Amino acid sequence: MNDAAVRDDAKDDTQAGQSWPLQIYKTLKAHGVSQISYVPDAGHSRLIELSHADPAIQTTVLTTEEEGVALSAGAWLGGDRSVLLMQSSGVGNCVNMFSLAASCRLPFLTLVTMRGEWAEFNPWQIPMGKATQQAFEIMGVTVFRLDRPEDAEEMISAACSLAFEGDQQIAVLISQRMLGRKKWTETK
Amino acid sequence: MVQNFTLGRREAVKALLADRKDLLVVTGLGSASYDVFDAGEHPGNFYLWGAMGGAGMVGLGLALAQPKRPVAVITGDGEQLMGIGSLLTIATKIPGNLTIVILDNGHFGETGMQVSHSGLGAQLDVIATGAGFRSVTEITDIKGVNDYRPTLQRIDAGPRLARIRIATGHVDRALPPRDGVFLKNRFRENLGFAVT
Repeated sequence: MNDAAVRDDAKDDTQAGQSWPLQIYKTLKAHGVSQISYVPDAGHSRLIELSHADPAIQTTVLTTEEEGVALSAGAWLGGDRSVLLMQSSGVGNCVNMFSLAASCRLPFLTLVTMRGEWAEFNPWQIPMGKATQQAFEIMGVTVFRLDRPEDAEEMISAACSLAFEGDQQIAVLISQRMLGRKKWTETK
Repeated sequence: MVQNFTLGRREAVKALLADRKDLLVVTGLGSASYDVFDAGEHPGNFYLWGAMGGAGMVGLGLALAQPKRPVAVITGDGEQLMGIGSLLTIATKIPGNLTIVILDNGHFGETGMQVSHSGLGAQLDVIATGAGFRSVTEITDIKGVNDYRPTLQRIDAGPRLARIRIATGHVDRALPPRDGVFLKNRFRENLGFAVT
């Protein structure tokens, strides 16, 4: 994606509350992120689209979330900065793979859209949603929580610095309240 | 279903890595790490001592970051089985410079030689073909390994998967360094990244 395309996207986002995925995308770019992997989630759909549209970012769809933890490790070994996008339900899948980042003190950054907390209609989402923060913390991953769209740029920037310069493992949980209630039919 | 293969794993890996040039190597935990270490210590080796199922994906992240360098993942059937979905993920990215080498003895060698899914009949080569790997090779003898060796130097036409059918016989452990921070820094420094 070129600058003109970025500006067009910005123009579309007339509502401040809707522009946070673009803010995150721009902040990741500013911090030199060149690989993004993901297991899809509706809350991440805009960021996933932006990533796929950007030829300077290698975007990888995963079959399960722990693949992204290992991918990030390999990317860093090769000199790339990588970010994993997932939903809170996938965090438990990653637990053992986090030992790779801990053992090698690897930079690791994941952005997690939350389910199972605010106005959740699906009881099956709630157990992992409630355990998400602890699942990270038992493996030594530092957790930030993004509750307000206007904090997106500053928080993602801080998370990038901690991860890629401070060699830390960082998870940013994007709150379900900020994402809004799940809609059964998505409109473009 | 049980088949007897006679190719020694140490002999196979040593032949595979002879004259390795710019090849970068990621190893799956257990015997594959020992085999690669035994074939010759090298700063372009990254040995996994855990993260079971993750070797292929570490290889993918590395291959995408270093598209001009050939990358080989050398792992066992058990390790690859735990991350079997990663074969699908790797295939979607079409990394021309990546080769996955599975040292397949049909057993979980590190934990008491329990028979693996491969030993029970799962065909990892067929699975890789179905996943979309562009080149899949079955190797059963040292001539096959020697013939395949130049392929590891390619940085196009991947991803490739080679299933090397090895014997189940005991080999002594040869233990590579297991300090992850050391392995990381050594690997990155070898690629020209300063240790900060």
